[in-house]
Amino acid sequence: MPRRLLRDHEVAIDTWRYLDEPDDSFDSLDSGNADEASRGALIVPFERWLAERDSWLAQPRRLGVLLGPAHTIDVLAADLPQLSLIAVQFPSPAEGRGYSQGRELRERWNFTGELRAVGSVRQDQLFFLARCGFNAFELPEGELEAARAAFTTFSSGYQISNDAGLAGTLRHR
Amino acid sequence: MYRYDAIDQTLVDERVAQFRDQTRRFLAGELSDDEFKHLRLRNGLYLQRHAPMLRVAIPYGLLSSKQLRMLGSIARRYDRGYGHMTTRQNIQFNWPKLDQVPDILADLATVEMHAIQTSGNCIRNVTSDHLAGVTPNEIEDPRPWCEIIRQWSTFHPEFSYLPRKFKIAVTGAPQDRAASMVHDVGVHIVRGPDGEPGFEIIAGGGLGRTPIIGQVVRKFLPREHLLSYLEAVLRIYNLEGRRDNLTKARIKILVRSLGIDEFRRRVEAEWARIKDSALRLEDTEIERVRKFFTPPAYESLLDSDPAQDRSTAFRAWYRYNTQQHKVSGYRVVYISLKKPGVAPGDLTDSQMELLADLADRYSFGEIRVTHTQNLLFADVKQTAAFELWQALDRAGLATPNIGTLTDMICCPGLDFCSLANAGSIDVANLINERFDDYDYLYDLGELEIKMSGCMNACGHHHIGHIGILGVDKSGEEWYQITIGGSAGTDAALGTVIGPSVAKHEVADTIARLLAVYVERRRPEERFLDTVRRIGVKPFKESVYAAPVAA
Repeated sequence: MPRRLLRDHEVAIDTWRYLDEPDDSFDSLDSGNADEASRGALIVPFERWLAERDSWLAQPRRLGVLLGPAHTIDVLAADLPQLSLIAVQFPSPAEGRGYSQGRELRERWNFTGELRAVGSVRQDQLFFLARCGFNAFELPEGELEAARAAFTTFSSGYQISNDAGLAGTLRHR
Repeated sequence: MYRYDAIDQTLVDERVAQFRDQTRRFLAGELSDDEFKHLRLRNGLYLQRHAPMLRVAIPYGLLSSKQLRMLGSIARRYDRGYGHMTTRQNIQFNWPKLDQVPDILADLATVEMHAIQTSGNCIRNVTSDHLAGVTPNEIEDPRPWCEIIRQWSTFHPEFSYLPRKFKIAVTGAPQDRAASMVHDVGVHIVRGPDGEPGFEIIAGGGLGRTPIIGQVVRKFLPREHLLSYLEAVLRIYNLEGRRDNLTKARIKILVRSLGIDEFRRRVEAEWARIKDSALRLEDTEIERVRKFFTPPAYESLLDSDPAQDRSTAFRAWYRYNTQQHKVSGYRVVYISLKKPGVAPGDLTDSQMELLADLADRYSFGEIRVTHTQNLLFADVKQTAAFELWQALDRAGLATPNIGTLTDMICCPGLDFCSLANAGSIDVANLINERFDDYDYLYDLGELEIKMSGCMNACGHHHIGHIGILGVDKSGEEWYQITIGGSAGTDAALGTVIGPSVAKHEVADTIARLLAVYVERRRPEERFLDTVRRIGVKPFKESVYAAPVAA
């Protein structure tokens, strides 16, 4: 069964494949009406990307990079315009570096592609993740529908936000 | 004091709803213990030795009478009739039931209170000088800045899953009464080159297993940059602080391993990128918050001496439990929560309600909490002091010991806390029994005893003039003694005097330390200053010269 996720506040079928995932699990998509451009969309681990950057870029498909918590974004900065997706890993519920990585990607490097939270991600983190610029979330399948409500857990916030749904700042009351 | 507007209130109400749902999901088995842990800890809820413990924030120590009345009501309805004041201007309830916590939070929200970020690896309740706004030599009232930091740090999307907890203290006077040098970040209001107020930023202080005094990151920060600078510090910490080892995860370890110069370089580089973003504070916002902290309607009064012709008991209380106020005719009044026989920092539901009434009558309806686990009426007319004392005395709240040996800081210890190695409250009792002669206490003068039941140092033992640390020795409770620590402007860590002592030896060990002090002190010299002048050796020799009395 293809993976489903929450993207831009809607439940969607994932059209991306991680490099370590078998290709055939996505064949079912090919027989449907997944568009050609996304069929081969591939997420490459950070180290592999750095080591094989040019050969990946030579491939005619959409590309994403899987970022670990300890990875620095600076070294990826030059490639960002050619990347359609960054997936940020949260290996445990306590992991918090991804929140800074998300803001850095959006605010410092103006990354406009899909910013996806993966790993230990539950609906309780969504509000903060969205404010840090994430727009896609790999959640437990059973939580996908309920999680849509998490974006409105709070109706405002004291901080500047990357979530278009909320006011930029409250410091102008 | 600050009053919530519709936005503040809505956020707190929404938090109650969120936590109610999270508690329901946990009780229904939809959240694992570990997943729920990360959520409940952000609401001050610990699962402890006997029952859950709920920590409620008292932002920078300020309470209205209405809020204190509600705390009393909560203590009675959901707890066993008392609460415990902590060293970080919070109140803890030791006996709530998990399924009732959402109701407690809902009650708190009706009086503009909450338990948001009072635990967990996030930015904690911001603390400050309990004499803010009333102390004579203040550069500027720190409370508006505390409120600005409180709002910025509340539900901060980026800094809610930090490597470890993060504590900020703000001071506005040259004297440090907020232990800011042992906070993750200390913010000191100072004057800049042209005399304008701004901030000195300290980082990397902390107690716990590895006590470290904070270092200066920036000598002077113009006031409009406060939040962008804090955000830069937090971002560097969030990305680079250690997450592989819980005991090495505080910012103090990062600052120490990078060195203050490299830490500063990274913070400044990050700050340069964001200083002119939306984080830049505008004058209108600073003024909006500042308006909540304008002085109360003081009457025009002359100073008087209410102690004249009064009883010895009142005179002692007036001398030790009250302090100079910047406005003539007024006095700052401490309410000691260090009555012998009562756990330090504890007060009952009816005491809370009485104090709320007394605050309405005598101190503009406001109460403050000190980091030394006492309460304070900041604005009492000198002419009303006697009447107030009578009311406090009847309620057991006039123990005349502020700043003396028995005004001890003490964590809940083994009796309540699941982290503790040893009891604290019973040792406090033993010390109180041993030192019950007020003439002797007054002769000893200013003395800070601080006691923690374990390495986590909630009782600040490292920075006590005398520090007591509970340790576990093959299942027995032993106590390590330090001397020479200080929480103040001259912050310092105490020195261990030698091997730990058994519980029944603690009071006698302190007596021996004090005997050395009494013998060696110079006129007007505090215990701390004598230790600094003559060193630890004479004290050590006296303590370990012969076995202390069994």
